[in-house]
Amino acid sequence: MRKIAIYGKGGIGKSTTTQNTVAGLAEMGRKVMVVGCDPKADSTRLLLHGLAQKTVLDTLRDEGEDVELDDVMKGGFQNTNCVESGGPEPGVGCAGRGIITSINLLEQLGAYDADKQLDYVFYDVLGDVVCGGFAMPIRDGKAQEVYIVCSGEMMAMYAANNICKSIAKFGKVGDVRLGGLICNSRKVDNESNMIQEFAKKLGTQMIHFVPRDNMVQHAEINRKTVIDYAPDHAQANEYRALAKKIDENTNHVIPTPLSMQELEDLLVGFGILN
Amino acid sequence: MTDNNIDNKTATTGLVAELQEFRDEVITRYPKKVAKKRAKAIVLSDPETPPEILANVRTIPGIITQRGCTYAGCKGVVLGPTRDIVNITHGPIGCGFYSWLTRRNQTKPVDENDSNFITYCFSTDMQDSNIVFGGEEKLKQAIREAYELFHPKAIAVFSTCPVGLIGDDVHRVSRQMKEEIGNGINIFGFSCEGYRGVSQSAGHHIANNGLFKNLIGRDDEVRGSLKYRVNLLGEYNIGGDAFELERVFEKCGIHLIATFSGNSNIQKFENAHTADLNMVMCHRSINYVAEMMETAFGIPWIKVQPIGARSTAKMLRKIAQYFGAKELADKVEEVIAEEMIPVEKAREEALKRTKGKLAMLFVGGSRAHHYQDLFEELGMATVAAGYEFGHRDDYEGRRVIPTIQIDADSRNIEEITVAQDATRYKPRKTEDELKALEAEGMEFNEYHGLMAQMEKGMLVIDDLSHYEMEKLIEKYHPDVFCAGIKEKFCVQKMGIPLKQLHNYDAGGPYAGFKGAINFYKDIEMMVGASIWKELKAPWESEDYIEATFVY
Repeated sequence: MRKIAIYGKGGIGKSTTTQNTVAGLAEMGRKVMVVGCDPKADSTRLLLHGLAQKTVLDTLRDEGEDVELDDVMKGGFQNTNCVESGGPEPGVGCAGRGIITSINLLEQLGAYDADKQLDYVFYDVLGDVVCGGFAMPIRDGKAQEVYIVCSGEMMAMYAANNICKSIAKFGKVGDVRLGGLICNSRKVDNESNMIQEFAKKLGTQMIHFVPRDNMVQHAEINRKTVIDYAPDHAQANEYRALAKKIDENTNHVIPTPLSMQELEDLLVGFGILN
Repeated sequence: MTDNNIDNKTATTGLVAELQEFRDEVITRYPKKVAKKRAKAIVLSDPETPPEILANVRTIPGIITQRGCTYAGCKGVVLGPTRDIVNITHGPIGCGFYSWLTRRNQTKPVDENDSNFITYCFSTDMQDSNIVFGGEEKLKQAIREAYELFHPKAIAVFSTCPVGLIGDDVHRVSRQMKEEIGNGINIFGFSCEGYRGVSQSAGHHIANNGLFKNLIGRDDEVRGSLKYRVNLLGEYNIGGDAFELERVFEKCGIHLIATFSGNSNIQKFENAHTADLNMVMCHRSINYVAEMMETAFGIPWIKVQPIGARSTAKMLRKIAQYFGAKELADKVEEVIAEEMIPVEKAREEALKRTKGKLAMLFVGGSRAHHYQDLFEELGMATVAAGYEFGHRDDYEGRRVIPTIQIDADSRNIEEITVAQDATRYKPRKTEDELKALEAEGMEFNEYHGLMAQMEKGMLVIDDLSHYEMEKLIEKYHPDVFCAGIKEKFCVQKMGIPLKQLHNYDAGGPYAGFKGAINFYKDIEMMVGASIWKELKAPWESEDYIEATFVY
């Protein structure tokens, strides 16, 4: 079982990319579980066709300790297992601690057991690595492979670089590795080349360049992944390609984060700061 | 009264050079950066010109410290001894449990209808899900439950570390619940998360602010005698100290309005501003309240030290001098004369075994100073002393306060600005009267600190580390070491009796006259016991056989 965490700047398209990629893997016959690690609980919406899933933490709060796996895990597109960790309302309590609690509970309930015959677990994690709780999937060996969704925009690259810092930190003591950058295009000039260069400097690869296409939005409005909604569309093939690359990826590294100066030089070099 | 027996100079001759050597040697054992810091915290006393000492700064990680946390200072020390406030610890259960009845604060309800919640431990017992979703609802539930069960006049909420991290607003919850319950109940919260300061001292300050904001001055009714009305601040009734002091005051005709907070109740706090003199006993933990009450209500404060029979007598004379009534002065002298008879008898008896012995005191923010009086009375020299959580002014005197650097840790503590009360501010003495008293030698708003009392060249160590403690004991074999429970058994295993001055072991009271007698007896027993010489384990006094494995 490969345990994968998807990180990236808020709003970059982590949840969309994750679910579309998972749809691609599921189509290839892989058994996948998606764990949404975001208090908003919107990481499995496309796979579940909009079904509002009861989160692990809500269930835990309402039912006490007597939680069954079926209460929190729903079957989605092509037999994927979908779980939402959930969390407190904004400004209250500790969402990071919530993720720790819910992953522990999933383990205790046997969501990862051999009888589930999982090929993949995907953790879709909120935004940047803001505190210890959100680093949980990469900290305690819950995830071994991290993909960072980014674009050619400065702040997205800045966030990606920060996430690499935390992978570098935990990679030294654990087995978490960076699998690559997924460029979710924002149609920035020279975007693909720049992210490839950025990836090279981090010691990794740009595993795929996902072009921007309105079909993604159409599918989302219909509460579906592109593969599900328009299987013959070119964009569906992009996600299939990404899924295949991840499936075949063996390039797992401890990244070498850039200094602020190096990052800015990179942007100047590719003409963004002009 | 003569001082013929109080002469410890002989005991310490030749020691000074050695203490300097000890200091230098201990410091060389630390890594460079640590040594630099510790060097500033270990100084040799000079009563004339006290040297600057590094105090109230963070303990270096890795050092075994004696210190406690901010929550302990707020809930455990200052608010804990009050019997009719339900003190709820908002946090996981450990903080509440381990601060439950560990300080031996005693209290005496006046009758069967009087509340006493000291024996209870109230906690919200936060669980994982309260951390994730916030604990405010659980806190509200706890307050409702406490009210339904006990109908207290007041409920106080104390924040522990996780509460601050997840951002539960205990103040807002307190206000909401005060409104919801009504019935004149007083509910207030403290942001006294353990990490807020470098030691429990931050908690004292936070508690002082809370006392002033939420309790002091809420009840203007003047009860009892109009004469000689005083408050005693920084007395926590460990082992019954407050009972002895209450007895002495009553015997002298001095009217004690409130004690902060030994044997206290809410009404006494609310009424404290009707007193005419504040006496500060533990300067560190409560000087803030004394200052605020002076600003708001015009009550002057003096430092007193009713630990030691002579010091108690001194305190009583100061009170008589302040009120300037012959009637009181005569009564005080009569009481002192009467009380000193059994005291002197007990002291002479004890002196036979205690004279010339060595004591070391590493405790509190006042006790390491106050108890030197008792040891002086016993003819014992204090060769090394220091506080756990004192500030520079507790060592060097209040004159250094303007020069104390405010660091980030101190900024963590809320500073409240107190203004003169529009209607109730009433200077108890005119400027001229105060000047006249000062000319007679009375000192207001003043504390000279621990170093003013210690003999020149004695060791003063702030935030003593365990390593330094072991070295002190190995080298000097003091006859008694005074500290707390964390040190007790380590020290006793080294063959030195340890007297706990946080909770007095099972003893006390030690304040006032009868307290002095108790202390003489207890210390005489400890330093005179031969059992400490028998502490060697059998293998330490026997040859042991050595062998190696042969393969």
